[in-house]
Amino acid sequence: MPGLGASFGRGGATNFLEDLSNADCIVIEGSNMAECHPVGFQWVGEAKARGAKIIHIDPRFTRTSAIADLHVPLRIGTDIAFLGGLINHVLSNDLYFEEYVVAYTNAAAIVSQDFIDSEDADGLFSGFDPESRVYDEDSWQYETEEPAQSDAENPAEAAQQEQLDDQPAVRASDQAQAAGSGGPPIPGKPKRDETLQHPRSVFQILKRHYARYTPEMVSEVCGIEPEVFAQVAEWVTSNSNRDRTTAWVYSVGWTQHSVGAQYIRTCSILQTLLGNIGRPGGGIMALRGHASIQGSTDIPTLFNILPGYLPMPHALQHDSLEEYVADAAGKAGFWGNKRAYMTSLLKAWWGDAATAENDFAFGYLPRINGDHSSYRTIADMIEGKVSGYFLVGENPVVGHPNGRMNRFGLANLDWLVVRDLQMIESATFWNQSPEIETGELAPETIATEVFFMPAATHVEKEGTFTQTQRLLQWRDKAVEPPNDARSDLWFFYHLGRILRERLADSDDPRDRPLLDLTWDYPTHGETQDPSAEAVLREINGVGPDGKALSSYMQMKDDGSTSGGCWIYTGVYADEVNQAARRKPASEQGAVASEWGWAWPLNRRMLYNRASADPAGKPWSERKKYVYWDEAAGEWTGADVPDFEKNKRPDYVPAHGAKAQDALSGTDPFVMQGDGKAWLYAPSGVVDGPLPTHYEPVESVVENALYKQQANPTVERIDGPWNRENPSRSEVFPFQVTTYRLTEHHTAGAMSRTLPYLAELQPEFFVEVSPELAALRGLTHGDYATLVSARTAIEAKVLVTERVRPIKLRDGQVVHQIGMPYHWSYSGISTGDSANDLLGIVLDPNTHIQEDKVSTADIVPGRRPRGPALLEFVEDYRRRAGVASGRVGVNGRDPVAADAGEGSSL
Amino acid sequence: MTQVKTWLESWPVYRQLTGSDPFGRGSAARSKATEATVARTATADRVVKSVCPYCAVGCAQNVYVKDEKVVQIEGDPNSPISRGRLCPKGSASKQLVTSPSRVTTVKYRRPYGTEWEDLELDTAMEMIADRVLEARRKGWQDSDEDGRHLGRTMGIASLGGATLDNEENYLMKKLYSAMGAIQIENQARI
Repeated sequence: MPGLGASFGRGGATNFLEDLSNADCIVIEGSNMAECHPVGFQWVGEAKARGAKIIHIDPRFTRTSAIADLHVPLRIGTDIAFLGGLINHVLSNDLYFEEYVVAYTNAAAIVSQDFIDSEDADGLFSGFDPESRVYDEDSWQYETEEPAQSDAENPAEAAQQEQLDDQPAVRASDQAQAAGSGGPPIPGKPKRDETLQHPRSVFQILKRHYARYTPEMVSEVCGIEPEVFAQVAEWVTSNSNRDRTTAWVYSVGWTQHSVGAQYIRTCSILQTLLGNIGRPGGGIMALRGHASIQGSTDIPTLFNILPGYLPMPHALQHDSLEEYVADAAGKAGFWGNKRAYMTSLLKAWWGDAATAENDFAFGYLPRINGDHSSYRTIADMIEGKVSGYFLVGENPVVGHPNGRMNRFGLANLDWLVVRDLQMIESATFWNQSPEIETGELAPETIATEVFFMPAATHVEKEGTFTQTQRLLQWRDKAVEPPNDARSDLWFFYHLGRILRERLADSDDPRDRPLLDLTWDYPTHGETQDPSAEAVLREINGVGPDGKALSSYMQMKDDGSTSGGCWIYTGVYADEVNQAARRKPASEQGAVASEWGWAWPLNRRMLYNRASADPAGKPWSERKKYVYWDEAAGEWTGADVPDFEKNKRPDYVPAHGAKAQDALSGTDPFVMQGDGKAWLYAPSGVVDGPLPTHYEPVESVVENALYKQQANPTVERIDGPWNRENPSRSEVFPFQVTTYRLTEHHTAGAMSRTLPYLAELQPEFFVEVSPELAALRGLTHGDYATLVSARTAIEAKVLVTERVRPIKLRDGQVVHQIGMPYHWSYSGISTGDSANDLLGIVLDPNTHIQEDKVSTADIVPGRRPRGPALLEFVEDYRRRAGVASGRVGVNGRDPVAADAGEGSSL
Repeated sequence: MTQVKTWLESWPVYRQLTGSDPFGRGSAARSKATEATVARTATADRVVKSVCPYCAVGCAQNVYVKDEKVVQIEGDPNSPISRGRLCPKGSASKQLVTSPSRVTTVKYRRPYGTEWEDLELDTAMEMIADRVLEARRKGWQDSDEDGRHLGRTMGIASLGGATLDNEENYLMKKLYSAMGAIQIENQARI
């Protein structure tokens, strides 16, 4: 998300699935689209049928590779080196789209003279503090035209905010992700050199940064022959120009790395240089993995953001609404209206209790002041710091890496509420988990109360999912849920109702936010299910006349408008549930604007002003999409323009203009403070303004580029339950990657319990190459045991050439193991859980774990049972020089546990 | 004679050998039972518009309901994205709804308990409300060590799946924020 957000201003796919059919070349990288998004893959098929080249870059040969014209089996965890190689190829051979780059990107921006590139400091950018392992971003900034055009309103405040930005407690709070809609704030517009020749211009910095990413270096790092690299480079560059476009498709094969956000940044840089963003058949298609994962960040249940990517207020920075909006006040771009969006949110939540006098109840919001993300919270649970936990359609003891650590977390709660369809492993950890067998857990020692609350399925409730292309689609309720099963909307609405009833007489100020909350949704039916449509309308927002707003442009900062998620404003325009629109595809054009509703403002392709040249004319007839109609004085075309409809292409902002008025007619990236796509990110990405190759945390290979082996800012959570395999360890000599199968869904609760799907994929297996099978004596169809510093698991062996050993230039052979992660002990189809093998190390931008690449050993036969398993794994740790993984009662620290302390430490 | 002919023609192999369907994949394979078979989709009381709950492609589904039971789920050909197609998971999604192993009543495990117990839904809701208020109180922080306003509780955490509706995520974030809970997370982090 910060990858796309920091590059373009919004953390969403820039295009839509159907538009892939307009591509002349499609690169699928970090995704097995044919198997994981099979129905979406039909659009790749359409493109191929029209003559497009399809390239699949992935360590494994899959059904996606089978359809592709070229499969590039790069070594796991080396995508930045490969993409960096392509960037270098484009820059050194002048293959970039010059007019596009000069006009629409920050290539011409001049960077501060204090900036030192990682190429000049052996893998570290300027500003690194070795103690806190955090970057101070001050030296990465642009050289600005005039001192802070933006800070005029409250210069002292803004300056103070910037200082606070660099505090580790603020960095850890992941403000980067707030760039999901509205790029990261910058102090002012940069100085520019339109010739791109200034040595400190972004363009020249980029050139120098990637100069060493030659085909030979790609070969050394990725294990890809220079001829194969040359073929990819040729297809991509020859299909990226005025007449032709290339699309890139990625998925969690990119995000789940210690440098995940930077993977996406690298692709963003390349696609921007090639002029492929905002154009038909171009773009970056982010394939989300769940029905509403895009929706779950747009309207987040995430600790660091509020709906619409507004950051959660931070204790160090945001004492008042004034301070909260100081970074945006007076800024260029739509970010400049942050105060209106926030005020509308506060009005939606606290209604009449939110007044100008009380800062619109800004003080009612709880403050964050560090990393409060999921994995940190699990560690806090083990330490007894968390009393209660709600799991709402989530099965972390299977779906998250390091299941054992997750189970220890649950075992130290006071209470746990599990809302699901089936009796998932996260509800039965207390009597069925693997640790019961090893003796590390027992029902008699676990005080956690568990409430299993049955949930409604997708057809037993109404509501919207936001799918992968930012499209909201409404579902009608087909039937009532059985027995006690209820929607999550029902559960949280009625829980809120009961809590408010209990506190009705309270005069404690801390209860005011609950008591003043707007919580009067109409209910229907015997079960009193709240109306999801009423909630959607509140999300959309209403104006002073009490009517639904049709655009976030109507939002005011004076409290006269409300709206729970500004980027979704318009979904209820004209008092109509726009997400419920189902005009058949056959009755409308290719963009299908009347099927569902996409944020923002039903724009299906983002930044589509860039599909026209600076003068507003299509770059070519073949790639015509949105363009300026001089006679009508407006932007027009196949889609809703992602630009102010009547802003002329030759519009130049007046001195002192603010918000969108400060962006010119040639600034297509309207959420960015400078209106440009960012080749270089002066802020918003905490581990560097430019992506650079680091090895994964658990790698068997030495970094060929720098002494700095792995991402220096990687986030670790230390404890006996989360030991790390040392880098380049002979004890853990093989790379492992995890993946999904077509027939199963994530942690398996929605697939291992279904007879059809369980029959199609009945058991847990691992893929190994014939070479690795020979090396370790593994037999196809027999069991093998995989071992890490966390635990050991067993799986059936599938010997296949689909995974191949990578031979690096110095002769080192890297063996890779593929492992689907859907199994555990419950359901119809059962097996060990792949995620138990993995540890937790996190991307510092997103706090997402690196589970796409780790290390392990593999040996023939089944794993030891019971306490013998613990000794088996401990022996591995000893041999690898890793600290003990032994734990005390319920996974607690052995000493504390010996002292006999209970779960409520 | 006519009777014999009728008898012979009711025999699929005869029709396959003599008729226009030598591979027995069409008319030759039809029987009386075939003719009498009616698709569940044809006899459903109503068709409800829905969306597949698995991956994020968002394939449109038609849900066929008869006697207030889901009898079939198929792809909606009107969708510009999926064009009526569903993958193995989407095609199996009727089983997600009708699964016999679905747990549809509240289950409760008491501290140090070794078995599940049954609980009324209303009772469970009241018990959970009790525990929320207690955990909220226990983990409450008015301010940090430097006196900065926090106004939050560290006693309650939540992890939501990404199959939650937008409306559900919205109510969750709204309620949690009002009660001061901040460790609110989602599969989207994963």
